[in-house]
Parts: sequence; C-alpha cells; structure tokens
Amino acid sequence: MISYLEFEKPVAELQTRIAELRAASQGDDVDISTELQRLETKSAELLASTYASLTPWQKTQVARHPSRPHFRDYVERMFSDFMPLGGDRLYGDDEAIMGGFATIGGRKVMLIGHEKGHDTQSRLRHNFGMGKPEGYRKAIRLMEMAGRFGLPVVTLVDTSGAFPGIEAEERGQAEAIARSTEACLALPVPMVAVIVGEGGSGGAVALASAERVLMFEHAVYSVISPEGCASILWRTAERAPQAAEAMKMTAQDLLGLGVIDRIVPEPMGGAHRDPAAATDALSLAITDELNQLVGRDPAELRRKREDRFLAIGVKG
Amino acid sequence: MSWLTRVRNSLPFVAKRETPDNLWVKCPRCHEMLFAKEYEENLSVCPRCDYHGRIGADARLGQILDSGFELLSEPVVQEDPLKFRDSKRYTDRLKQARASNPHRDAFQSGFGTIEGRRAVVGVQDFMFMGGSMGMAVGQAFCNGAARALKERCGFIVCTAAGGARMQEGILSLMQMPKATVMTRRLREAGLPYIVVLTDPTTGGVTASYAMLGDIHIAEPDALIGFAGQRVIQETIREQLPEGFQRSEYLHKHGMVDMVVHRKELRQTLAGVLDYLSPAKAA
Repeated sequence: MISYLEFEKPVAELQTRIAELRAASQGDDVDISTELQRLETKSAELLASTYASLTPWQKTQVARHPSRPHFRDYVERMFSDFMPLGGDRLYGDDEAIMGGFATIGGRKVMLIGHEKGHDTQSRLRHNFGMGKPEGYRKAIRLMEMAGRFGLPVVTLVDTSGAFPGIEAEERGQAEAIARSTEACLALPVPMVAVIVGEGGSGGAVALASAERVLMFEHAVYSVISPEGCASILWRTAERAPQAAEAMKMTAQDLLGLGVIDRIVPEPMGGAHRDPAAATDALSLAITDELNQLVGRDPAELRRKREDRFLAIGVKG
Repeated sequence: MSWLTRVRNSLPFVAKRETPDNLWVKCPRCHEMLFAKEYEENLSVCPRCDYHGRIGADARLGQILDSGFELLSEPVVQEDPLKFRDSKRYTDRLKQARASNPHRDAFQSGFGTIEGRRAVVGVQDFMFMGGSMGMAVGQAFCNGAARALKERCGFIVCTAAGGARMQEGILSLMQMPKATVMTRRLREAGLPYIVVLTDPTTGGVTASYAMLGDIHIAEPDALIGFAGQRVIQETIREQLPEGFQRSEYLHKHGMVDMVVHRKELRQTLAGVLDYLSPAKAA
C-alpha cells in the first residue's frame, strides 16, 4: 500500500473509488471494465499533471517520502557484490553513512552514501541518515583509499543534515565535514555525486564536492531545511513552503544555477512509485558519467572539480 | 561627525540622533559602563571581566597588521541571483547593512606585515549581516588566499559568522568547497594557513575554512560550533553542558591549538609565522 502525500489526495480518492468498484463488482455479472479503465486513465492523468507542476515544498515531501528508495535499495538493485567497509579507525562505525566496494556496469567503484533506514528499528540504527563525525571520517578514509587504488568514487546523498548533538560537536562535526569536503576535492580519481533524496546543507556537501553532480528529478538540495530557514527568517516554521520557494532548491532550479550538471528522470509519480524504474535511470546516468571520466588525468580531474566551485559567484 | 553619523543622518528612514556619539559602552557580560575610548584602546576587551567584544574588519586588521598595510579591493560578485525575499528583500537588507558599515560585504583582507613578517590577513565582520558567508565572502576569502599564494606568504583568517547566508541559498553552500579549493592550494604551496576563531563562528563557516587551518587559535570564550544550540537542544532534549561550544571547551576536545587573549594575538601570530615561514617549507 502506497502512502499518499497531502497534495496527492485527489489521486488517492480516485484510487479508493477504483478499489471499491473492483470489490463491489466481485462476482457480479455487470461489466465494469470500461468504467475501471476510464477511472485508471483519469487517475494516471491526474498524477501526471500533479507531478508536472510540483511546488518546491511538495518536492521536499516527495524527496522525504518514507517509501522513497534509499542507499540500501540502490545497492541491492544497481550494484553487484557490494562489500561494506566499516569504521573510521578513530572512534567507531557510523551507519548513517555507508560505504564500500561495489561494481556497477562491470566497473569497480568505491560507493559511499547516506542511509536513512526504512522502519523504526533501522531508522534508529542509521540515525535517520544524519551523519556523525565518525561517519564523515569513514568517508574520508574510503575516499583516500579509492584514490590510492584507482577506484572511481560514487556517492549517493540523502540526508536532512549532519547530526546536531553534543557528542557530534565534541568529536568535531565541523572539522569532519570540512575534511570530507577537502577529501572530495583532493581525489585523483573520478567522482560522481548524486543527490538522490534530500541534500541537506554541510552534511550533504561533504559527500558532494564532485566534478559531476547529478540529481533526481524530485530531489532537493539546499543550504538549510525549509523549516529551518523559515524559523530564522520568518520566525515560524509554518512558512516552510515559502522558504522552499525562495531558496531555489529543486533540481530544475539548481541546473539553471549551474550547481548540478544533470537531472535523472524519475518514474511518473516519483521514485517511490516504481523503484525499479528509478534505479534503472540512475544506473544508466552513473554509468554514462563514469564512462566519460574514467581514464582522465588526475590533475585534469582535480582541475575540473576545482573550476566548477571557483566559478560560482564570479560575475560574468 | 563620524562617517556613521553622516550616513545615518542622511537616511530618511532612520531617526536622527539627538545625542552626540556614544561616549560610553556597556560591557555585554559584566554590564560595567566603560568609557568608549578606553574600551577601544583596550582592543575592545572589557578591562573588568576580559569579555572580548565583537569588532569590525578595519579595527581587527589594525590590531593585527603593522600600520601601512594594503586593504585588498572587494570582489564584484553576482548580487541577489535568487531574487530572494523573506519579510524584506535581500537587496534591501544588503542596502541596510552597507549603510551602517564601511564595506560592501562581510569579508575584508589586508596585505602587510605582522611585526615585520609578511602576511595576508582576512577578517570576517559579524556586524555585516551576521558575518554570513555568501558569494562575496567566499570570493573575498579566495582572493585573500590567492594574494598569499602570489606573495608566497601566510594567510591568516579571523572567522566570525552565524553560518551561510540563507538569502543566497545553495550558492552560499557552494562557498564551502570553493574556499576549500584555496586552502588546499595554500597547503600544496607549503604556505601556512592560520585560523583565528572569534565570537561567534558557527555553521557552514566552521564546517569549511574555519576548521582547515594548520593552526587554530581561538579568542577566549568565543562561541564555536557546527549546529546551533537551540537546534541541538530540540533534537536531543537534553541539557547542554556548561561552557558547551566555547573556546575552552573546543580546546579541551582537541579542536583548537590554543586560546589566546586579544592582547597577545599579534605576538602569537608573529611567533607562529616564524615557525611556519614558507622558506622552511620550500
């Protein structure tokens, strides 16, 4: 059973009617297939028109949808022989940020990404995808290793932000994020980052300072959550929809601003409605990006990465 | 009449001051009334309780660099690319900030000497929109670093910011990797990069160039952290420990090398530069 978002109510109502009609006609002689067909078409059209004009706030909800595929789902569907690697060798292992060896399209890569979890237990275990210093330091360790052994780095970003907590501050959350960003920039191997769900602030950029940044069609990427922005600038979190609008956080806006390079299309109604189709599109995009980058000179890769960030803000 | 009074009086929407320039300032911590001139002469540190007051870019540059330094020109960046508006337009907020500040944005750099040692010093001004890091701040940081690379001297940055400038959205977030490109170049060139953390340094600034120094110096009792205290409290619903996210706390947890009184800052920087002089690294 799919859980509908608030703005999908009209679609949900239609689907309920279809289900009722089906149930009622069970064992009946009356042929309702034409009527069902008509309603299904109407429902699909409604979904299509809704998703064709999602507001930034609605996209935020899609990006946070509990059934949206996460790191685990992509690993299962897209990468063969994922070999998870654990620990930062300093403090512990943070399951909010996963990483390890993986193969995509026959190519060996280092895969790193946030995992939010899919039920209460796993959400707690993965800390809702909010990384701690040890998570970012694990990412640094894996990136440096990838660099030494010539493995391209692929990251899947999906976090509301790095964990705000006492122990995270004590262990240097800011330093860990800064060093992780630095590790991205220093890579002598290709790096492709994908914002698959939420790209929340420093916790996202620490894994997304790549030469190629991709984004799912309905993913969001911003400097602060719309709620956070609203509570600071409007002094109430209720203005989040307005904040989402003002911050320009959708993939379409960010492509225009030159912050991302490519939008990965999602199946109609969002990735959560057809994870297999979403994964296929993502797999295709990542493979294509890697094909274009693998074999390039390390200095050229670094320069490409540096130039994209140095260019931001320069008047021209 | 100071330039500030002049600007203030020429603004139609600000009430004209009836009294002359404030002669007294009140220490925000011990509430002692201090003679403004004496307070300034004491480097804006309260003589009674040692509270380190927030100071602007010009005052800071003057305190650290020998006289006769060169103030780098401010970069020209895209302004308000998002056409951002909350309760006010971002362009109006910028106008307002510029009316009460001698500079066009929150980051200034000076090239000169510290007790004879060549250095570029960058200063973030909390008084300009909370020191927030937008494209102008990011570009000014990069220009300061580029100048240090060109002069083959150290780059010292005094940080002060609530974090990224929300009105520039994702473009402010992109200043984190952008500034980091330059700290990496300094490192590769064997040039020292020294961070002086001042009150307050939080958010995206801390999570990028403020934590990437060869040496981290903090002013006493400065608020330094990644997440805001209210956010932490709302997330974990626990009492925050005493002195949490203050300089001394960060020192205890290994995030800064030393906590240095403003009176000794210049001397300390000179000493650090002696050990990290580019000639040794080359």
